[in-house]
Amino acid sequence: MLSFAELKNRVAIIGVGNTAYGSFPETDEYGLGAEAFGKAVDDCGISKSQIDGLLTCRAPDYTRMGEVLGIDPRWTLTLPGHGRMSAMAIIEAALALVTGRAEYVALIYTNIGRSRRMKYGGDEFPGFWDPWGFTSPGAANALMFRRHMALYGTTTRQLAEVSVAFRYHAGLNPGAVMRKSITIEDHENAPLIVAPLRLLDYCLINDGAISLIMTTADRAKDLRQPPVLIAGVGAQDNFRNSSIPIFGIDFWYDSLKKAGDESYAMAGIERSDVDALMCYDHFSPAALFALEGLGYCPRGEAGPFVEGGTLKLGGKLPMNTDGGHLSNSYMQGWALNIEAVRQLRGECGERQIPKCEVVQFIIGSACTRSIIYTNG
Amino acid sequence: MADLESKFFGDLYNKPLPVIDPLTKPFWDNARQNQLAVQSCNACGHLHIPPTPVCPSCLSKDLIWKQVRGRGTLLSWVVFHRAYWPGFDADVPYQVCLVQLEEGPIIVSNLVSTADRDVAVGKPVRVIFDRVTEQVTLPKFILA
Repeated sequence: MLSFAELKNRVAIIGVGNTAYGSFPETDEYGLGAEAFGKAVDDCGISKSQIDGLLTCRAPDYTRMGEVLGIDPRWTLTLPGHGRMSAMAIIEAALALVTGRAEYVALIYTNIGRSRRMKYGGDEFPGFWDPWGFTSPGAANALMFRRHMALYGTTTRQLAEVSVAFRYHAGLNPGAVMRKSITIEDHENAPLIVAPLRLLDYCLINDGAISLIMTTADRAKDLRQPPVLIAGVGAQDNFRNSSIPIFGIDFWYDSLKKAGDESYAMAGIERSDVDALMCYDHFSPAALFALEGLGYCPRGEAGPFVEGGTLKLGGKLPMNTDGGHLSNSYMQGWALNIEAVRQLRGECGERQIPKCEVVQFIIGSACTRSIIYTNG
Repeated sequence: MADLESKFFGDLYNKPLPVIDPLTKPFWDNARQNQLAVQSCNACGHLHIPPTPVCPSCLSKDLIWKQVRGRGTLLSWVVFHRAYWPGFDADVPYQVCLVQLEEGPIIVSNLVSTADRDVAVGKPVRVIFDRVTEQVTLPKFILA
């Protein structure tokens, strides 16, 4: 049987593209998706007609997406518009490529949640706990963070370090939505949404789209951009006892550890080799939970670990150099994956990490995934 | 009956009401009798809430409902400062708690009649019952 670990460095990201992020009621998912796709195709320099694989996420209908793009793939997959799908999509595309189901896969994530007035709670997501007024992913993360505070003494000032670092990065990213610098005091004084979380702990809902073009490493040579390789992948799902959506009683610790360790082993790297961590930050506590589960700090010590700018560029472990979901835009993990690619290509301008060679994407959730990217 | 209820409660109670279907009805029937109940597997003894069509531990369909004591431990709690339904506009800020029952299952509910300063993770809590409509009684918790 073929081992997944044998796929190390066999698949490459060759093109990336994104729209601006904001409010674009004049268009729709297909218009945004097509714009990102066009940019990704231009980025890698292949012909649109070479694309024979299509993966869509959050587009209402993949056939309409293909019609708009004018392509007839021989491999198509669509995934639900859940935040945890970005790395899952990239892994599925990699499998399609190495098994010959497709030679060039276009992945398209497109989201018009801001114009649709998505609020991620209430009647949008009916659940068993609604009669008690419990709703929204933010509230689930607030439950987790309160428990983390009680068990480990973590403070909201430590949590603020996450938002402050990501906002600093957004200030260096011309494409980020929220660029005005913030302080720990700003975080502490922001309006409470679901206490202990405040406005600056919440991600930004915007319209926008992301596209990646992937192919096998051998086909990736001599294209317009240097290939970024998928060196390692790790995965662990948690569906048992998931009656509270987006809530992990153990802060996803076990699944983060398993997915992280699996990806480091496949890539043959150590944590200390990772130049930047791109962490799914729908809410700021996710960054702390990821650091512990992945073993960048001991369990329960993420609060002290992030104090003093650890996550900022130039710090011990730069995280979410594009501003993340908190300050760039909530593109449900997809923007963080293309930021990983751009850092490894060295095209990030003011926010570029010097000598960037290894970048990790991580999401701790009901579907926990880790991807290690390198520049070969 | 439904018309009569809406006359009595329709204008008064505008928070989300549970979907009472064959799966969840025993939970709500018990609550109306001021009993907290969880689903119990006759084959393996697994206890859980919300209910499932088969036992998530052993896949048996032989599921019954078991009344529990209504005592537990506070695992966590949050305070909603935003109303996601208009019915909660007048309630914000309101507390929501996560309770682990003595018998094991974890339940989401409201912590009532409690000042923030008295609340702490790990404190013992016990159930009370809040009859919000003719049909629906919500199990809620207070510090024990």
